[in-house]
Amino acid sequence: MESNKLSRVDYIFRPETNRLDLLKRVMSKDKDDFLLELIDSGLKGRGGAGFLTGLKWKLAKEAAGDKKYVICNADEGEPGTFKDREILDRVAGKVLTGMALCGYIVGADEGYIYLRAEYRFLSPKLNKMMAGINEELKSIGLNFKLGIRYGSGAYVCGEETALIESMEGKRGEPRNKPPFPVTEGYLGKPTVVNNVETFVNTVIIAEIGYHEYKKLGTDSSRGMKLFSISGDCSKEGIFELELGMSLADFVDEFGDGDTKAVQVGGASGFCVPRKKFKETIIGFEGIPTGGSMKIFNSSRSMYNVLHNYLDFFQEESCGQCTPCRVGCQQLYKGIMAVKRRERPATYLDELVKLAETMRFASKCGLGQSVGNAFVSIVENFREEIVY
Amino acid sequence: MTQKMINLTINNIPVTVEEGTTILDAARKLNIRIPTLCYHEDLCVAGNCRVCVVEQVGMRTLQASCAVPVRENMQILTNSMKVRQARKNIIELLLSEHRADCTKCYKNGNCELQDLANEYRTGNQMYLDLVHEKSFTIDMSSPSIMKDDSKCIRCQRCVRTCAELQGVNALSVANKGHEMKISSFFEKPMHEVVCTNCGQCINRCPTGALVERNYIDEVWNAIYDPTKHVAVQTAPAVRVALGEELGFDPGERVTGKMVSALRRLGFNSVLDTDFTADLTIMEEGTELLTRLKRALVDKDTTVSLPMTTSCSPGWIKFIEHTFPEFLPNVSTCKSPQQMFGALVKTYYAQRKNINPKDIVSVSIMPCTAKKYEAQRPEMRDSGYQDVDYVLTTRELAIMIKQAGIEFLKLEEEQYDRFMGNSTGAAVIFGATGGVMEAALRTAWEIVTGTPVPFENLNITPVRGMEGIKEASVTISGCKPEWSFLEGVELRCAIAHGLANAKQLMQAVKDGKANYHFIEIMACPGGCLGGGGQPIPTSPEIRKKRAEAIYSEDEHMKLRKSHDNPEVAQIYQEFLGEPLGHKSHELLHTHYKARKRY
Ligand SMILES: Cc1cc2nc3c(=O)[nH]c(=O)nc-3n(C[C@H](O)[C@H](O)[C@H](O)COP(=O)(O)O)c2cc1C
Ligand code: SF4
Ligand code: SF4
Ligand code: SF4
Ligand code: SF4
Ligand code: FES
Repeated sequence: MESNKLSRVDYIFRPETNRLDLLKRVMSKDKDDFLLELIDSGLKGRGGAGFLTGLKWKLAKEAAGDKKYVICNADEGEPGTFKDREILDRVAGKVLTGMALCGYIVGADEGYIYLRAEYRFLSPKLNKMMAGINEELKSIGLNFKLGIRYGSGAYVCGEETALIESMEGKRGEPRNKPPFPVTEGYLGKPTVVNNVETFVNTVIIAEIGYHEYKKLGTDSSRGMKLFSISGDCSKEGIFELELGMSLADFVDEFGDGDTKAVQVGGASGFCVPRKKFKETIIGFEGIPTGGSMKIFNSSRSMYNVLHNYLDFFQEESCGQCTPCRVGCQQLYKGIMAVKRRERPATYLDELVKLAETMRFASKCGLGQSVGNAFVSIVENFREEIVY
Repeated sequence: MTQKMINLTINNIPVTVEEGTTILDAARKLNIRIPTLCYHEDLCVAGNCRVCVVEQVGMRTLQASCAVPVRENMQILTNSMKVRQARKNIIELLLSEHRADCTKCYKNGNCELQDLANEYRTGNQMYLDLVHEKSFTIDMSSPSIMKDDSKCIRCQRCVRTCAELQGVNALSVANKGHEMKISSFFEKPMHEVVCTNCGQCINRCPTGALVERNYIDEVWNAIYDPTKHVAVQTAPAVRVALGEELGFDPGERVTGKMVSALRRLGFNSVLDTDFTADLTIMEEGTELLTRLKRALVDKDTTVSLPMTTSCSPGWIKFIEHTFPEFLPNVSTCKSPQQMFGALVKTYYAQRKNINPKDIVSVSIMPCTAKKYEAQRPEMRDSGYQDVDYVLTTRELAIMIKQAGIEFLKLEEEQYDRFMGNSTGAAVIFGATGGVMEAALRTAWEIVTGTPVPFENLNITPVRGMEGIKEASVTISGCKPEWSFLEGVELRCAIAHGLANAKQLMQAVKDGKANYHFIEIMACPGGCLGGGGQPIPTSPEIRKKRAEAIYSEDEHMKLRKSHDNPEVAQIYQEFLGEPLGHKSHELLHTHYKARKRY
């Protein structure tokens, strides 16, 4: 696998071109042609799971339903990530355009931003904008209404089916899949749930064309991505980079010169130790990320890092399924027991097996991904956990 | 429309099933059992325990077989290494969060978690013990139900039962992560919330987290006390289910063996709630006819119609909380249990020359709500608590086992002569629609002097397991004193399970439905599916019990309540007439509105 050179680009925050012209242009073409282009662009969801966006829209378009919905997932609960907030603060218009575009393609007439409770301060601005855009859309004959719904404050409500439950006024517990939201989502109707950044990408594709878009990134990871960079870094904040660079290049650019490990993808992502920087590609062929990149230098205790992640998960698991609810507690308390010599170091091997079970048997992505951080840290920094 | 068929293999065995079938059900078709915990036939799928996971070849994650429908060419493995490893870990995880003191547990021997632990030979606990660092107090506030969170595996069967089947929502999930638990409203004690004490959650709890408050020792002590006369009554639905606890298949009638076991246990008199079920029909039937007369002849606009039945105490508590405006519609009759209790300490005491203070009145019920009912302040009309202890069918089975009685081989015996006689009409009280049928058999005959115009007295339109049933009969051939009913179409409705009751009453409230008489039973299937009946329960098991009830009815010599000679006798010797002064004093009552929160 070939990595790209690290290159900073500027598409996402670039001011929006004429919204109505863009929409009219799309509306003058065949919907299926647009879908083919979107699929061909290679755009994968920016919320973490990496599903092909064009395919998701196609499935929703083809799903039978008298009513359909578009939901923008702005729950952004991953600790240390704030790229969606930045987008909504600076270029919310593009997000709303993306949602309208989606509504037009799949045949939905309502769209909601599911806004993280902490981001309420954005809502006056968003509401005003939505009111304006609702009118604009009407003027070009697009029947699509935008609105906001507020998150409940639980991390798991970022998971699309828990998000839908929460929007329906229920407890935010992930549903069984199948059925997937594209066939049975909000109020049982076909629903597209996409990340904030994903919607912006669809607008960029409509603007610059899928040929141009495909030139960015690698075969498996098309386009650009916002990264929230934190930890022991030389530059902190949000950066837009082309996908597919090697972690070594990334650390050269953003590390503080003493980087020991990078947590790619936040609490639910993987910890990559220095010896694997070169071979690790940031993207769907390597390690994907919703945007969070946390850099650790040699002064950091990886035990503490892991301890924090596990504490987060044992709190934020919705608690409904056994592997995740109990598994998180066992991993969390297990490493403490090993540290305190209450269990032998070999107990870590049992816990790795447990983490595998959680990966295979948990009901949703939360429980399925706890093992990522756990196994990658325990395997690479075992001595730091034990001693 | 024919269903599309799907081909797949399970453990390399090909199978073809209808589209929409779950992997779990497809496996059952091949006689492959996949363990389950959160799955229950009566409830919607939750998919949260994950013990039912299976491997789908080509998929990274395991699939919850209870939740995932089959797809064409699926290859499923139910016992691969990956599956076994995961399943075993999951069971271990559940146990690490569970106070597994089986030998001290009420559910010892009838526990789905214990069975799984046994099957997987979990042995030494692998993971850290998460139970002992938390403090748990057992909620014993309700006279019917005990809730012990240290035994809870969070399968949410109880939550789904209370919401889906009962529409009560007394239980819900609180908190998240490691603090997630099953809780009542604001974590209040169970006796302070909207819980109806129906016990349906108990019937579906796979562990010992929800069980009945048992009064076994209290009853033994009464039996051992030589100064006490312990009288026991048995409800209609007990006799068609008790056998399930004692070695019989569902649907076996064990009336005679039960009577003989009760004598061997040492009860001084073995009486039958069916007797007061017959009495209920006389009182309630008369009440209905009186209400109809007031409405139709006297044009009295204050009379409350439709009249609803009152024999299900779960329904009473529900209506007190949820539809207090309909309380005047509820028949003023006490439940048969409470009529019996009031009579045991008056009529029976007088006739047997026993001081009522020395009588301990015990009832064997398919029901947990009756434990609560017995302790209501309204239920002391004899001057004492009318019913002292209520045992469920399950508790009776425990006593029979404790006493070393070999139930399977027991001779059959008859109830006592006095307050032990009943008719088929009383037996069918145990099934949904039964009170309606019994009431119609009697009311029709009072009004017309002829038997109800249904073959063999079987009023089949009111039978069956449909959630809400409607029936109507046009009355004809009235005796002169009932001529005002000539040609009247008597409209009846029947609901079982409180969610159905809620729907029915809401329709009445919204003016979308118009009836004269409504029968409501809090539990699915009626008392035969009561919260005190043997566990497990399923539509199939309830169907078998219902068949047994109707067969018991068919085997009775007398099948109409008003034909019960003891009923005639009690009116003659003691009560006077239906709805008379004495009846009012002992057999009728009124209920009060309660808040929802
Ligand atoms: C525990 C959990 C939390 C999640 N949180 C978010 C989130 O905050 N924002 C988001 O866009 N996707 C989140 N996701 C992913 C969503 O379930 C879903 O895949 C995504 O919104 C789809 O959008 P995309 O295809 O544009 O990425 C989360 C998933 C899980 C399992
Ligand atoms: S994996 Fe965790 S968050 Fe997801 S459903 Fe299970 S308990 Fe809830
Ligand atoms: S609930 Fe089951 S496993 Fe738990 S202690 Fe009781 S019998 Fe044992
Ligand atoms: S006893 Fe009935 S009403 Fe009470 S919690 Fe259980 S199911 Fe709900
Ligand atoms: S109380 Fe029983 S039914 Fe309810 S969640 Fe716990 S174990 Fe399951
Ligand atoms: S039985 Fe399937 S997940 Fe519980």
